Amino acid sequence: METATKTATTERLTIARAMATALAGEMRADPRVLVMGEDIAALGGVFGNTQGLLDEFGPDRVRDTPISETAFIGAAVGLASVGMRPVVELMFVDFFGVCMDAIYNLAAKNCYFSGGKAPVPMVLMTSVGGGYGDAGQHSQCLYGTFAHLPGMKVVVPSNAYDAKGLMVAAIRDPNPVIYMYHKALQGMGWLGTEKGSVVDVPSDSYTVDIGKAAIVRPGNDVTLIGFGNTLHTALKAAERLAADNIDAEVLDLRSLVPLDRDAIAASVTKTGHVVVIDDDYQSYGVSGEILAVATERCFSSLKSAPARVAFPDVPIPFSPALERPWLPNPDHVVSAVKQQLGVSR
Amino acid sequence: MHADTKTQLWMLETMLVSRHYEDAVKAAYMEGKTPRFNMADGPIPGEMHLSSGQEPCAVGVCAHLTPTDAVTATHRPHHIAIAKGVDLKAMTAEIFGKASGLAGGRGGHMHLFDPAVNFCCSGIIAEGMGPALGAALGRQLQKEDGIAVAFIGEGAANQGAFHETLNLAAVWNVGVVFVIEDNAWGISVAKSASTAVANNAERAAAYGMPGYHVTDNDPDAIYTTAGEAIARARSGGGPSLIEIQTLRLEGHFLGDAEAYRPEAERESRDKRDPIPRYIERLRRDGTLSDTDESAMRERALARVESALAYARAEPLPPATDALTAVFA
Repeated sequence: METATKTATTERLTIARAMATALAGEMRADPRVLVMGEDIAALGGVFGNTQGLLDEFGPDRVRDTPISETAFIGAAVGLASVGMRPVVELMFVDFFGVCMDAIYNLAAKNCYFSGGKAPVPMVLMTSVGGGYGDAGQHSQCLYGTFAHLPGMKVVVPSNAYDAKGLMVAAIRDPNPVIYMYHKALQGMGWLGTEKGSVVDVPSDSYTVDIGKAAIVRPGNDVTLIGFGNTLHTALKAAERLAADNIDAEVLDLRSLVPLDRDAIAASVTKTGHVVVIDDDYQSYGVSGEILAVATERCFSSLKSAPARVAFPDVPIPFSPALERPWLPNPDHVVSAVKQQLGVSR
Repeated sequence: MHADTKTQLWMLETMLVSRHYEDAVKAAYMEGKTPRFNMADGPIPGEMHLSSGQEPCAVGVCAHLTPTDAVTATHRPHHIAIAKGVDLKAMTAEIFGKASGLAGGRGGHMHLFDPAVNFCCSGIIAEGMGPALGAALGRQLQKEDGIAVAFIGEGAANQGAFHETLNLAAVWNVGVVFVIEDNAWGISVAKSASTAVANNAERAAAYGMPGYHVTDNDPDAIYTTAGEAIARARSGGGPSLIEIQTLRLEGHFLGDAEAYRPEAERESRDKRDPIPRYIERLRRDGTLSDTDESAMRERALARVESALAYARAEPLPPATDALTAVFA
């Protein structure tokens, strides 16, 4: 159940603003919440998601860090262990290489290795995604890398409403939550912004349940599954398919861990066709997991081979001529669907 | 700050518990592992890193700590856990992989968590340092008592986490003390072959914090030095780094034949055992009588035996327990 209360006021927000609003709200309500990371204080975050926090909450609770991810993400684990609620930022997910130990050996395993007695309530915010010519050390998604390892929840908002609700839920969750926000949705002018991500957001506090997918466009003929940026790819493809009288259902996963397998199975059982769109590398990742769910749970309902549109298994290249054609786009999705349904339709 | 009589006797008794414990764990570990050594066999599988010889580091530091203070320890954690007051029965049951272990058998000897006394350890070199910094910072922000100590080995001083955490602790003036147990060996690699400076305490200067080098594996000397660093941490004076030249009496893990260790060092190390030396001093000073000593030994042995007996008698967890406690 989403706990949105009936509110008189809403604001049209970017995901960046929605994240900052959620953080500010939780920091006002809960003195245990603090934010740490590179350039998150005076600058307000390279991607705008901590703007205004330093002015309101001061440098004790809004801490710029040295470029020392191992130290400050490790520190977040220690803060959580003594009852604080740290939110830390890993500026680009591509930088996890220097600090994965603190993430997957400590944050993700302390609860298990303590038999549940030492949970780690922390949020790791990290930017993902390419499409703006930054190449493969600043453009990856790496959803599958984090979703694969047990002990971390993983959320990926596609719009500002979910961004706020998922952030509030993540901060209140007693577990480590990896909050992956896509740069193309962030609402930073200099990055270009997907319009569909900017939506009305209630001013009051609310949560979006972690682990619950949403049907954002009901339909009967085929299931399109996206999350984060690829949700918008799915919606655009659905519009195009509608023009050809193909009625696509679009599912926004919102969380990768826990994965809403029931929602996937329900939709695929209904439509019999499924295309997953993922801007992470194709192999061994989220797209494969979702197709596994579709085949394991809906085998007898499937009317065509499940399909995926994902980034090929090469590092994200720099040149727009090399990168853009391979990023999932509505054309890819439409042609995958038409192949599934047959041109004769 | 010198250790008073009561503290000295506590340190000795705790070292005796720790040593008896390691001896008992060693015997239990080797059950089922002879004549053919297979790490998976016997009542305690996996790697086993014993702390025999390093007890002075644990007692000299932990004598200053309360349960509120946080300690992060290493893959060689038993002596520190014992000195920090971790529940010995539950810890032993964990090492035996039993349902009533600290984590119900999910963690084992390298992953011991006892939140009641703010103790944890990790099998990853230097990775306890960030969490110790965070725990101490948390207490500061909560305006509550409590500092933190991160124990590491000398091999950890060449990890990025070491340098990052020292710098951050100093930048934020956090009440955390970093204690290097220098046993001279990183598995088989000698400190001299891996470390650019002979004395890691010198590295403290690079991070603007006091560095202390304790060259004797002596509880009293460690107590005095740790007392100064911990008092600084408690009073808002920020972090310190201590390196203690200690002694690894066993191999890196049980089953390690230690061919890499020079013959002379292997022969002399028993003579450098810190416990008989400490007993001798306390007797000479009149702090320890014969009766005290034998009573103390009896108590220590009884504690260890009862913990081992408890762990052996406890049931193993059902396989389905493996599927729980991933999330809170």
